[in-house]
Amino acid sequence: MAAVLESLLREEVSVEAAVRWIARSTQSSEDDPGEAAALSSLRPLRKEFVPFLLNFLREQSSRVLPQGPPTPAKAPGASAALPGRPGGPSRGSRGARSQLFPPTEPPSTAAEAPPGRRGGRRRCPGPARERGGRGPGAAEEGVSGESPPWAGGRRLRSSGNPSSPSLALSDPPNLSNLEEFPPVGSIPPGPTGTKPSRRINPTPVSEERSLSKPKTCFTSPPISCVPSSQPSALDTSPWGPGLPPGCRSLQEEREMLRKERSKQLQRSPVPTCPTPESGSPIPTRTGNLTDEPADPARVSCRQRLELVALVYSSCIAENLVPNLFLELFFVLQLLTVRRMVTAKNNNLEPSPDALDFVENPLFQSIHDCVFFAVRVLERQFQVLSHLDKGTLKLLAENERLLCFSPALQGHLRAAYEGSVAKVSLAMPPSAQAVSFQPETDNRANFSSDRAFHTFKKQRDVFYEVLREWEDRHEEPGWDFEKGLGSRIRAMMGQLSAACSHSHFVRLFQKQLLQMCQHPDGVGGPVLGETPDVLSMLGADKLGRLRRLQERLVAPQSSGGPCPPPTFPGCQGFFKDFILSASSFQFNQHLMDSLSLKIRELNSLALPQHEPSDDGESDVDWQGERRQFAVVLLSLRLLAKFLGFVAFLPYRGPEPPPTGELQDSILALRSQVPPVLDVHTLLQQGLWARRAVLTVPWVVEFLSFADHVVPLLDYYRSIFTLLLHLHRRLVLSQENEGEMCFLNKLLLLAVLGWLFQIPVVPEDLFFLEEHQLDAFEADTVASEHGLDSVPVVDQQLLYTCCPYIGELRKLLASWVSGSSGRSGGFVRKITPTTTTGLGAQPPQPPQGLQAQLAQAFFHNQPPSLRRTVEFVAERIGSNCVKHIKATLVADLVRQAELLLQEQLVTQGQDGGDPAQLLEILCSQLCPHGTQALTQGREFCQRKSPGAVRALLPEETPAAVLSSAENIAVGLATEKACAWLSANITALIRREVKAAVSRTLRTQGPEPAAWGERRGCSRACEHHAPLPSHLISEIKDVLSLAVGPRDPEEGVTPEHLEQLLGQLGQTLRCRQFLCPPAEQHLAKCSVELASLLVADQIPILGPPAHQRLERGQTRRLLHMLLALWKDDFQGPVPLQLLLSPRNVGLLADTRPREWDLLLFLLRELVEKGLMGQTEIEACLGSLHEAQWPGDFSEELATLFNLFLAEPHLPEPQLRVCELVQPNRGAVLAQS
Amino acid sequence: MILTKAQYDEIAQCLVSVPPTRQSLRKLKQRFPSQSQATLLSIFSQEYQKHIKRTHAKHHTSEAIESYYQRYLNGVVKNGAAPVLLELANEVDYAPSLMARLILERFLQEHEETPPSKSVINSMLRDPSQIPDGVLANQVYQCVVNDCCYGPLVDCIKHAIGYEHEVLLRELLLEKNLSFLDEDQLRAKGYDKTPDFILQVPVAVEGHIIHWIESKASFGDECSHHAYLHDQFWSYWN
Repeated sequence: MAAVLESLLREEVSVEAAVRWIARSTQSSEDDPGEAAALSSLRPLRKEFVPFLLNFLREQSSRVLPQGPPTPAKAPGASAALPGRPGGPSRGSRGARSQLFPPTEPPSTAAEAPPGRRGGRRRCPGPARERGGRGPGAAEEGVSGESPPWAGGRRLRSSGNPSSPSLALSDPPNLSNLEEFPPVGSIPPGPTGTKPSRRINPTPVSEERSLSKPKTCFTSPPISCVPSSQPSALDTSPWGPGLPPGCRSLQEEREMLRKERSKQLQRSPVPTCPTPESGSPIPTRTGNLTDEPADPARVSCRQRLELVALVYSSCIAENLVPNLFLELFFVLQLLTVRRMVTAKNNNLEPSPDALDFVENPLFQSIHDCVFFAVRVLERQFQVLSHLDKGTLKLLAENERLLCFSPALQGHLRAAYEGSVAKVSLAMPPSAQAVSFQPETDNRANFSSDRAFHTFKKQRDVFYEVLREWEDRHEEPGWDFEKGLGSRIRAMMGQLSAACSHSHFVRLFQKQLLQMCQHPDGVGGPVLGETPDVLSMLGADKLGRLRRLQERLVAPQSSGGPCPPPTFPGCQGFFKDFILSASSFQFNQHLMDSLSLKIRELNSLALPQHEPSDDGESDVDWQGERRQFAVVLLSLRLLAKFLGFVAFLPYRGPEPPPTGELQDSILALRSQVPPVLDVHTLLQQGLWARRAVLTVPWVVEFLSFADHVVPLLDYYRSIFTLLLHLHRRLVLSQENEGEMCFLNKLLLLAVLGWLFQIPVVPEDLFFLEEHQLDAFEADTVASEHGLDSVPVVDQQLLYTCCPYIGELRKLLASWVSGSSGRSGGFVRKITPTTTTGLGAQPPQPPQGLQAQLAQAFFHNQPPSLRRTVEFVAERIGSNCVKHIKATLVADLVRQAELLLQEQLVTQGQDGGDPAQLLEILCSQLCPHGTQALTQGREFCQRKSPGAVRALLPEETPAAVLSSAENIAVGLATEKACAWLSANITALIRREVKAAVSRTLRTQGPEPAAWGERRGCSRACEHHAPLPSHLISEIKDVLSLAVGPRDPEEGVTPEHLEQLLGQLGQTLRCRQFLCPPAEQHLAKCSVELASLLVADQIPILGPPAHQRLERGQTRRLLHMLLALWKDDFQGPVPLQLLLSPRNVGLLADTRPREWDLLLFLLRELVEKGLMGQTEIEACLGSLHEAQWPGDFSEELATLFNLFLAEPHLPEPQLRVCELVQPNRGAVLAQS
Repeated sequence: MILTKAQYDEIAQCLVSVPPTRQSLRKLKQRFPSQSQATLLSIFSQEYQKHIKRTHAKHHTSEAIESYYQRYLNGVVKNGAAPVLLELANEVDYAPSLMARLILERFLQEHEETPPSKSVINSMLRDPSQIPDGVLANQVYQCVVNDCCYGPLVDCIKHAIGYEHEVLLRELLLEKNLSFLDEDQLRAKGYDKTPDFILQVPVAVEGHIIHWIESKASFGDECSHHAYLHDQFWSYWN
């Protein structure tokens, strides 16, 4: 490790390469050969790197914060999760959790280490290890000192402890440490010798822990200290980070204990302390606990911190650490460090020499800690941004973050503002009362009347017991076994028939699901009050009360970032019931039933959500997400109880056996078939890409395993699967078809939690690599599964993993701790009193209504409820669609009209589209409020009919009308909730689409087309198709332009017919698109030019291959009429006078100008072209190069046109009359 | 109208190395009087396009362009009124419109400082009056008007056919009372690739279930079927 870090620091190896090296055994092609060489020589140490890094960080921070300020959250939270509380008073729950390292480590930990090196350095490791929290450690003392070389972390000799300054014995600087990090490759640790450390644990930062340490010291034999001149490498306690290094002898520890006791005494009378075991300090009491401000300018050794932070973050990102959230917790602890032990680092100035890397303490000041934490957090922003809103708020408001990384703070603030993930840490109350299941428990299901009777009696007893538990379990001194045990056993005794057992188990299981399905199973009404009293408070005040309760209760609800598996709330009843009943038959039936139900739920085809086509399906989507949450939570609950019951016979308080005994147990246990084929189910789940559903319950199941389980081949393979899954859940990879981010986060959280469970051996996580690859091939089948559907939201994540909430509590505690100084961010929740309970104000109609609805459903067959809920859901969804099709569509039409106006008033460009959109939205969005009214009407109108259609004909009228009303209410609620949240966004989106559509179709020449007319009413759309006409005209044009065969030509009739068809086509707009019309217009102008120039070859006898004048004129008249009346787009008439078309005349002999003149005059006459426009065109014609005589004739034409402005019809004839000798006429005039 | 594969092959066979002119089309019509002009033109056009795609590159080498340009210049010097460009195109077996474009580009390069932009060239092809040289304008116009497979006019005809057939299809669907969603409605719903029409209730035609209809308004030879399937149709599964 040191060697790796050193080469990193020397920049021999890039961080990326190092992380690749850690993550994969094989050398990757991306690696620089030099880097690869540097790393491959370190290869034997590879697997130990991550554990070492983690321990190194913990150790470093523990020295820097030997007695970190106990903050209200840390004291109960962090310390509970620490390894440093070995066999604490409560081994069962929290204590078990704190014992993170099961003493199953083979004693041969470091047998391969060279003995010579070991011997000299070994110094009374026993107490240290004991302190550190190994269980029964005495037997291992001899070897525990011989931890693998990397475990011998350097102990900073000068880390003084303010609470025991006299104890600050210091080791000499451990300059010989390089011995521990021998030249690369010289120590090939054997496979067993490389067992990674078991010290991966949260930072010990509480006084709490140091209190408990000395206690355990008494149990260990006092061992005299080796003189402190010894190199200190091995005296560092891997198990007890945080203990002042000087505190080594029993005397010293007694001294410490005394001090701590007196502290404790001072503290204990504090009356307001909410958690008796936490000993949380009141900030004002701890005079020495003033926060030290952190200053970015005073960070020492930035480069090194940056580097370690980078490596650490990369390890987190690659899932090389067992528990993501534990690491985040640790980092947040560093961020919120309050006070710093002054390190006597006179000779430990930050040295640029990389060799001092590990010797120098990493964190020399608060500034260092905060700097490091912020650097890591910056790289974990993605995860942070998916945390709940409350945590984000606390992070964003953290002034240290602001100070050290304004950018990160900015991102967090943005994430906070954009977040909708409001998560309540407290549990929603379970309003479920005891329920009866008449439909399954009726007589028909029993073999005899007697069995039925017995069952009914038992059911009564069961509910009686349950009620009593509900009433009394919170009373102090009440004991489940004493109070209820005998009654339960008596009841179980009556269950003689096997079928009665199965009936009872079904009841038990249903009741379990009903009561505990709610998040984390903390049922029970708020503050133990009955719902009646609370409902008087009204929704708003109730919300406040809940928040207050949340704040009061939540910190206790879980024990640190890695709490042990527990049975909170109502679950406790069922657990105790199982224990008290201690009935083999019951347990067996229960396991059968649980297994069945788990299989059923696990294979439930959850609706796969199609990639949303548009927003309206959000409504359905919410429902599907909720359904997923219900299934997942049920599965977890069932699996938890299955695990509990299945492993119950093997669990005991005594330490797990070792050696031969263990072997024989293993041999025996491996014969026992698993209660549920979890392995196959897990594999199927992975295969079908339903890991997000399967893994959480498998984890729950495994969390109750006993110590032997992980050693069994069968379960080992499950762990291997889970480990590989864990490694593959890299959060930063978001490919197509990959798992969604929150899904991954949920899996990472539950898996990380599982890996910290006491029974799971830690070396499991740092598994041999060669098993890794086989897995990859298995998981290629990636059809769309649940995994890639965003089924997990923050609420579900926090519900499944309440320990993630510890992050928030940690941050909150920091804020509240520093509130005295900075004014505080914690908003006070002021509950208002009700107006006297005696007055009995009327219950708020809503709450009562909900209760009535519940009661109503209770008495009806479940199908009724399903029907009503189904109708409500569908009608609600349809309502949204309907609103979209009516109200929103109308608004969009309005928007289009407004936009047209805007375009007309503002001219062609119409201004900035974004601005336009804003204007439109500001005008239209207020209309969205109508949606609610309309939605309500819709639901009111539609729901009753649907309910009526779906319920049996025979349903009593009263029931029917109630069901209808409830359906209306639910549908309205659903629709209105969606509408009020989304209508504005919906309108915006639709209007935006409409605007861009309009602007696009307007195109470059929006207004030029003017008003467009459609077909006349009588039109039957039988006109020739435009494409056909273009094609025909094109043929004529090509004939005229040539080359052509001598026999080719057109008849005058054909031309006339063609123009007639053109008229029809133009009058029927059905098939005409603007480009076609444009081309038709252009072609018609070309045709006119050819007519004027008499260039169209006419079929007929050679003498008559030209059109007669009258025919031409008739055709031109037809064209003029078409241009004037039928074309709706612009006709490029100026082309008639383009040099090219006029040039056509030049080729004809004799030249005939009268047609052109006629045409020009007609154009003016019909208002198709202005006089001046024609003059301009004629003028520009002069600029072209013409043959000399043609220029003259052109000039004459020009003059002629000018001379006879606006000739009436008769005068035109003049031209016609002079036709025979036209050339002369022109010359004369 | 169903065309057998054999008939199609026969038509395609006749179209090898035929210039895309009015005359060719007329001959084709005489040869296959039973087929409609639209069908023949569509097949002709597709076959010719395939041909051009194959040979396109060789006309675009700088040597080829240069030699065409010189031949054009020599030709118009001799007789500006003769169909120089059109004959050149037919001679070297290239589409007249495309030849016109080549020469026009080359011409503009010579006469203007800046190389002509694509839009300028397109605009000049659409309206040859904008071409500064009168002779070239006529030559270009002749090419465009005589080309029945390429050029702005043909493009417009194709576009119009596409549009018309969509309208026709819509009319037919309405007439048959088939409920459908059209492209605009689908696009509004956020589909990226959309067929022209999706039937809301599938129908069976000759034993095949029809979910959607795309009007391509062109002859469906094997090659274009293949290309369309690849580009478009495979993504419509529903």
